[in-house]
Amino acid sequence: MRNPHRTQNIAFFLLLLATLLIVVPVGMIVVIIIQKGLPAITWQFLTDIPRHGMRAGGIFPAIVGTLYLVTGAILFALPIGLLAAVYLSEYSKDNILNRLIRLAIVNLAGVPSVVYGLFGLALFVVFFKFGASILSGSLTLGIMILPIIITTSREALESVPQSFREVSLSLGASKWQTIRHIVLPNAIPGILTGTILGLGRAAGETAPILFTVAAFYLPQLPDSIFDQAMALPYHLYVISTQVPNVDEKIRYGTALVLLAIVLFMNLVAIIIRYRYRKMKKW
Amino acid sequence: MVISDGVKFDIRDLNIWFGPAHVLRQVSMSIRPNEILSVIGPSNSGKTTFLRTLNRLNDTERYFKRSGEIIFEDKEIRKFDPEVLRQKVGMVFALPLSLPLSIFENVAYGMRMHGKKNKKDLSNRVEKALLEAYLWEEVKDRLSESAFKLSGGQQQRLCIARTLAVEPDVILFDEPCSGLDPISTAKVEDAMVKLKKDYTIVLVTNNVKQAARVGDRTAFFLSGELIELNNTDKIFTVPKDKRTDDYIRGKFG
Repeated sequence: MRNPHRTQNIAFFLLLLATLLIVVPVGMIVVIIIQKGLPAITWQFLTDIPRHGMRAGGIFPAIVGTLYLVTGAILFALPIGLLAAVYLSEYSKDNILNRLIRLAIVNLAGVPSVVYGLFGLALFVVFFKFGASILSGSLTLGIMILPIIITTSREALESVPQSFREVSLSLGASKWQTIRHIVLPNAIPGILTGTILGLGRAAGETAPILFTVAAFYLPQLPDSIFDQAMALPYHLYVISTQVPNVDEKIRYGTALVLLAIVLFMNLVAIIIRYRYRKMKKW
Repeated sequence: MVISDGVKFDIRDLNIWFGPAHVLRQVSMSIRPNEILSVIGPSNSGKTTFLRTLNRLNDTERYFKRSGEIIFEDKEIRKFDPEVLRQKVGMVFALPLSLPLSIFENVAYGMRMHGKKNKKDLSNRVEKALLEAYLWEEVKDRLSESAFKLSGGQQQRLCIARTLAVEPDVILFDEPCSGLDPISTAKVEDAMVKLKKDYTIVLVTNNVKQAARVGDRTAFFLSGELIELNNTDKIFTVPKDKRTDDYIRGKFG
């Protein structure tokens, strides 16, 4: 005779095991990187330029470069992504053109990041003659995170109840007024969450910046958006594989800074979403 | 604001389709100024569709198609800007749908969308609308609180106030008491009866007794057809059509 209670316990155990298998590697990555990288984190490491062929000194130009790139990517991707999301959610009808647009967005999300890098090289660096520059890199990263921003923004807009729109229209508001005063304000937390997730992705990717902006070694801060810049992911790649005899501490310290930036952004996204859920009134 | 004679809405041979579904068939009727016209009928009889056609809210639906004429104040409703028409023909929905704004801003919303900015005018009109909806006494000290803090019955009266604040001629009520307890229902009904002095009211209701209580005239819809339209006392005492009789006696629906 089978004991249903025991079957249930076994099932619960397997589910728990699967969950732990996900949590453990994440935890280990964080622990190992903190353990090995924390000793490198000093004020000088965070604020100094790299010295002695990147075997000493700090990573300040790479931090600044990454912040510039992320800011540029968002300045480009947020307005375009948001407008596209408003169009798709509020205005588009279900016809072939719009199905093609939706398909394109899904596919854009699936393109490997190195392909974005090559695309950015061909379009921005060569064709538009921006050269390897912060501008080219930002635009490339921006295109890469567009699908994230469009998809999450669209979901946020569509989660605003249809009834709010009808009430607004029934009071004589125009469609645009309804979007502007009812739909957008209630979708902002969701849009912000998506934007920050996109930021985190842009900060961490190496391939798209490889050919479009990243400098191997540039011990100074960029003067304009047409300058090359160092960036954390690429710097990490360089000191891990291209430069011999770099102290392990410096490599893990760089990784820790990058990880901290990305995790911090995700944390902000989680906090916004959590507060939004608590405030949600319908 | 009020035209004392003539008709508010003149509806001729109205047919409505949603895709292949023929939802309203050959409906012809007129709606008189300052009356409460009750519209009764079982689910799927087309009464809510009828109501949402009058303020062109159905125009936003895909696959919506209509034929026939709807004349509002001597002009086909298609020839109005939807925004202007909806300003004149307000609507109160089945559920108390407050907007995620404060009590004050809910009532002021329509006026703001029509470009009114003067603070004094706004607050005067908000007060007047809340008084007309019999809600002022209950909310006057908490106007800046979220509308979601009000009870369901209060929110429904807030929705009425919000509609009144736009100063429409006609108010469409779509089963306004379906989610309310009997006491809240009585308050909303009271408000409606007093409002007909200044407004024309169309009341769609699933509650036959409510139609009998507040309606001057009553229209009975069945499967998309207007079966009978007459003074409420006639409909409820000497209905001409057997189906009307069966429905109000509760034999079906």
